[in-house]
Amino acid sequence: MFAIGITAAIILYIVAQKFKVIENPLIDEVVELLPGAHCGGCGYPGCRALAETMVKRGSLENLNCPVGGKEVMGQIAALLGLVAEEKEPMIAVLRCNGSKLNAPDKVLYEGATSCSFLHQLNVGESGCPYGCLGQGDCVFSCKFDAIAIDSKTGLPVIDNENCIACGACVKACPRQIIEIRFKGKKDRRIYVSCVNKEKGGIARKNCSVACIGCGKCVKICPYEAITMENNLAYINFEKCKLCRKCVKECPTNAITELNFPVIKEKAQPNTEVEA
Amino acid sequence: MKTFKLGGIHPEENKISAQQPIEVVPIPKTVFIPVSQHLGTPAKPIVEKGDVVKTGQLIAKGEGFISANVHSSVSGTVLKVDEIVDYSGYRRLSIVIETEGDEWMDTIDRSTELKKECTLDSKAIIGRINEMGIVGMGGATFPSYVKLNVPHGKKAEYLLINGVECEPYLTSDHRLMLEKGREIMVGITILMKALHVNKAMIGIENNKKDAFQLMTDLAKEFQGITVHTLKVKYPQGAEKQLIKALINREVPSGKLPIEVGCVVHNVGTAFAVYEAIQKNKPLFERIVTVTGKSIKKPSNLLTRVGTSISDLIAMTGGLPDDSGKIISGGPMMGRALSNADAPITKGTSGILVMPEKESKRVATMNCIRCGRCVTVCAMGLEPFLLAKLAENQSWEEAEAEHIMDCMECGSCQYTCPSGRPLLDHVRVGKNEVAKIIRTRKN
Repeated sequence: MFAIGITAAIILYIVAQKFKVIENPLIDEVVELLPGAHCGGCGYPGCRALAETMVKRGSLENLNCPVGGKEVMGQIAALLGLVAEEKEPMIAVLRCNGSKLNAPDKVLYEGATSCSFLHQLNVGESGCPYGCLGQGDCVFSCKFDAIAIDSKTGLPVIDNENCIACGACVKACPRQIIEIRFKGKKDRRIYVSCVNKEKGGIARKNCSVACIGCGKCVKICPYEAITMENNLAYINFEKCKLCRKCVKECPTNAITELNFPVIKEKAQPNTEVEA
Repeated sequence: MKTFKLGGIHPEENKISAQQPIEVVPIPKTVFIPVSQHLGTPAKPIVEKGDVVKTGQLIAKGEGFISANVHSSVSGTVLKVDEIVDYSGYRRLSIVIETEGDEWMDTIDRSTELKKECTLDSKAIIGRINEMGIVGMGGATFPSYVKLNVPHGKKAEYLLINGVECEPYLTSDHRLMLEKGREIMVGITILMKALHVNKAMIGIENNKKDAFQLMTDLAKEFQGITVHTLKVKYPQGAEKQLIKALINREVPSGKLPIEVGCVVHNVGTAFAVYEAIQKNKPLFERIVTVTGKSIKKPSNLLTRVGTSISDLIAMTGGLPDDSGKIISGGPMMGRALSNADAPITKGTSGILVMPEKESKRVATMNCIRCGRCVTVCAMGLEPFLLAKLAENQSWEEAEAEHIMDCMECGSCQYTCPSGRPLLDHVRVGKNEVAKIIRTRKN
């Protein structure tokens, strides 16, 4: 018995030495610093994969852990003697304001609670072929508790603190309504809360805050940050300086401004969409 | 009695309109004719606003290999060629015509005498079927001429004719066999000629004994056609299940019936082929069963394509007060519509109005691994697994588990004791896997 034990121990020791994987000890240290959520937000399959890439590449260019953020990236940079990129914080944005009030239900859907399924089967309860279906595929996909359906509006709401812009909800949405945009200075951001490409008259039949493609926002923007394509306006978040001129100009309130102080002169129905 | 071996269920048949003779629907004031009433590429409109058209005139030309021509179902003036809301709520390109009278193209033979002899050869037959816009009338609307072009290296031995109509409630094929049996037989002989086969087998479910008797008697007047009764089991009318029941051959996964030497066509398609070849009449009308437990007069209506569904419901006594859903098709594979003004198309075999109390879905619970879905799946798949893979977006695994073999018959969802929307999830999965397969080919 004792002899078998010793033999086994010797064999195990030899095999362990022969098949030992020599790894850079820095990888383990980087993994310690990383949050360990293995969310894929960095674009790599798990924290260890990111750590390996960082150490092997010898540079932190285009590598970023959105969950750890600036703090963790700074620590890793210090450990590896590299420079961490200054990344603008990003967040997921729902580009639709077709709430139960703005885009009332024309029909009732009773099927699998799945946006992908409803999208395939039918235009949806509001009648807008581009609008949010409210079944919560995005909520189901979020691993950070950063998105939930508001029962009053029927639309998903993205949590300002929890969202780390990993992009899972962007992939889950069958209508590509969610976009990752700059979080903005003081968490302020402006975006066109509509992705409807139909002609204005048709779009408005289903939703009172649809973008009708009139182009007034494009003309008023002093920074040429807004473009129009297929009856739909789009604000380039890299060019937008948050001057708010387009929000006032839009005749259908299709542009949403988040986390701004309310201007007292007139009611801003779109700022009811909370952060 | 012949049947398919794997899976299957027996929902309530509810063939409440089976005794109603075919009635003709009056021509509506306006028709909305979609340019895509078939699988494959949508047809391209060749008319525009202001054009005057005759009944049976070509108004949209098929594009590409898998496509079909679209003909006007009425005579009148084209109001517009625009995107019109269809039964799913989405907008689809359609040709809208304001009706004036009912003037047919003078190339169409409107006589009602039976014409038995067909002077065209195989190639000409297939060409004419393509020209006349014939598509699968069972509901799948696959362009029929494509099936008749047997690929190089394969040979057709049998023509199988689908007179099964396994969907509960639907009776349009039943009535067609009872009232136009001879025309169907001639259509079958024409299809046999096109395929160079001398054996045709008609399959009819055992709940249509009158049709079976009539077709058996008629078959004696024709060469090579035999009629077979099949056990009432859903989905017997599915192509692969029909092939298994009639000639005991199994189509390999991912392949077509021609792989086992046969081609399958619906009785409605055979009738349309008769009209196309013998009377030069394109496909622009069909029998639609309008039915439901609360419908005052369940009927089988000969309808011009483009007629609004609401017009048909009005003809049967109007929408009942307790209506919950309006389904285009049958209760198993049909789709609930969100727009009752949507037009009837070549593939609309029935409109089912379901009462509110039968329309409610049961609450969804967790999978209890009972395996009933596996037992009933006629394609030998594992629906609980496919649904889970689709839900978790594991597309590659779903493809490996043969999700594309699913024919969406709905037996699994019907049987699930936990009320899980299995078919709904599988449909999402199939859609995504189909996209992946398309990008892989490119």
